[in-house]
Amino acid sequence: MKTEELIINPQGKTEEYFINMGPQHPATHGVLRLLLTLDGEIVRKVDADLGYIHRSIEKMTEFDTYRQIVHLTDRMDYLSAHMNNEAVCLAVEKGLQIEVSDRVKVIRTIMTELTRLSSHQLWWGVIGMDTGALTTFMYAFRDREMINDIFEETCGARLTMNYFVPGGLMWDIHPNFQKRVKDFIKHFKTKLPEYDTLLSDNVIFRKRTEGIGILSKEDAISFGVTGPGARASGVRCDLRKKHPYSAYDRVEFKEILGTKGDTFERYRVRILEMWESMHIIEQLIDNIPEGEILEKTKAVIKLPKGEFYQRVETARGEFGANIISDGKKSPYRMKFRSPGFSNLSVIDHLAKGWKVADLVAIMATFDFVIPDIDR
Amino acid sequence: MGMKEELGEDFPGRIIPAGNGGNIVVTSLDAIVNWGRSNSLWPLYFGTSCCAIEMMQTGAAKHDWARFGMEVARPTPRQADVIVIAGTIVNKMAPVLRRLYDQMAEPKYVVAMGACAISGGPFFYNSYSVVKGADHVIPVDVYIPGCPPRPEALLDGMILLQKKIRGTNNKSKVNPIDGFDEGKS
Repeated sequence: MKTEELIINPQGKTEEYFINMGPQHPATHGVLRLLLTLDGEIVRKVDADLGYIHRSIEKMTEFDTYRQIVHLTDRMDYLSAHMNNEAVCLAVEKGLQIEVSDRVKVIRTIMTELTRLSSHQLWWGVIGMDTGALTTFMYAFRDREMINDIFEETCGARLTMNYFVPGGLMWDIHPNFQKRVKDFIKHFKTKLPEYDTLLSDNVIFRKRTEGIGILSKEDAISFGVTGPGARASGVRCDLRKKHPYSAYDRVEFKEILGTKGDTFERYRVRILEMWESMHIIEQLIDNIPEGEILEKTKAVIKLPKGEFYQRVETARGEFGANIISDGKKSPYRMKFRSPGFSNLSVIDHLAKGWKVADLVAIMATFDFVIPDIDR
Repeated sequence: MGMKEELGEDFPGRIIPAGNGGNIVVTSLDAIVNWGRSNSLWPLYFGTSCCAIEMMQTGAAKHDWARFGMEVARPTPRQADVIVIAGTIVNKMAPVLRRLYDQMAEPKYVVAMGACAISGGPFFYNSYSVVKGADHVIPVDVYIPGCPPRPEALLDGMILLQKKIRGTNNKSKVNPIDGFDEGKS
């Protein structure tokens, strides 16, 4: 066959071809591998190949005690480490039928909201990079570093804190904690409008996100999408409102809902969620009640026979921890429901018909953390 | 050989050439080349899990590894000098890591960041899918402990790598992958 015949199909039709995106790719946020079926630059099909960071965490839980399991969970969704820990702790507390003190509840809520802020900050920095603006990365990490310092002072670690334990907290908050958090809120309130001027009102960014990758409310529900991705389509799925845990029932905040469900709407929901998180922290930080930090439990926790499930709202959706106990010191089986896994399933549906560059923008608004998907 | 003939067959000793085998021109060139290499290390964008966030933090505003000439992170291995293994390597990822390493141009360096890349870390026991240390797959130059290591620790590790590069004798340098699979290096 001649070269011309190879390039131009005689019928004037184009041919589909495959391309690998990942596992080593800066826009997949980790080691996700996407098999793209392309027609020119138009995406026809997206197949996700998982398992490049499958660390067998669910199997490992069957050999660990309940206190040890907590430290594995902050390595799953490392940007929502506190929330993951909280889910396991609450499930174990359900099994033991213990109620933690108000002080623990309030501190847990402040910590999880700080985690949500730091996660959304990182997401904002990275979505800028994915759509071609490197400056956002520097701005976001400047503010994120302040939260990391707060965590470090109280929990002793910057990223994988492992601060919540079944029955309460590892230790009390640092004396500087309240002052530092208030300083941060004051600082970030002046910086968040800056985020809007840098990226939200940017013409190029608007053109790349508005009207792209539209997710309808029905599709969001049927694919099991949760978190800001679903709320942008108008699904009321915020567990903090629907099934309040810790101290969320005593604070006032809005559930941010969108209507259009496109990429920009998902972006907008996350930005507004940052304001709400700050609002929650402001209500709690000045009145942390006195009380016990750690309820008394046995040195080796043994849960009664049965099944215990607890779900929490992480920065990217609904996270669930299901423990099946047979009365021993380790669970018989433990299953995690991670938000990223369900959110990834909708990518094929959303990216069909759009260009490869739009696929990157769509993926960025769902904010995937790959170890959370693969576990 | 010629020297030995001059001294005679009955000369009892062995003649050791002066210095490290190179002359003043070669060693001065070495110093210049190594200075250049150590101050423009381009890392590969390679983060598999949690340590990648700390690596990003090191590259960002507060810690800023651009001060040491490492800011040009490359998404393709063909343009990178150093691969920072930030995170766990699992069995499915190990061939990919090896291929990335093979695609890099010489001289290439490897930094194992964090407990997972060193030994499997928290996933050492009871895990069926984790490679117990990235040095089973590719030769590693610098190990940085921590779970995850602080940005300061990563900077310290990268400065150690720079020191290692500055001490290299380019004439007798061997490719670290030679004999690696046979367990020789």
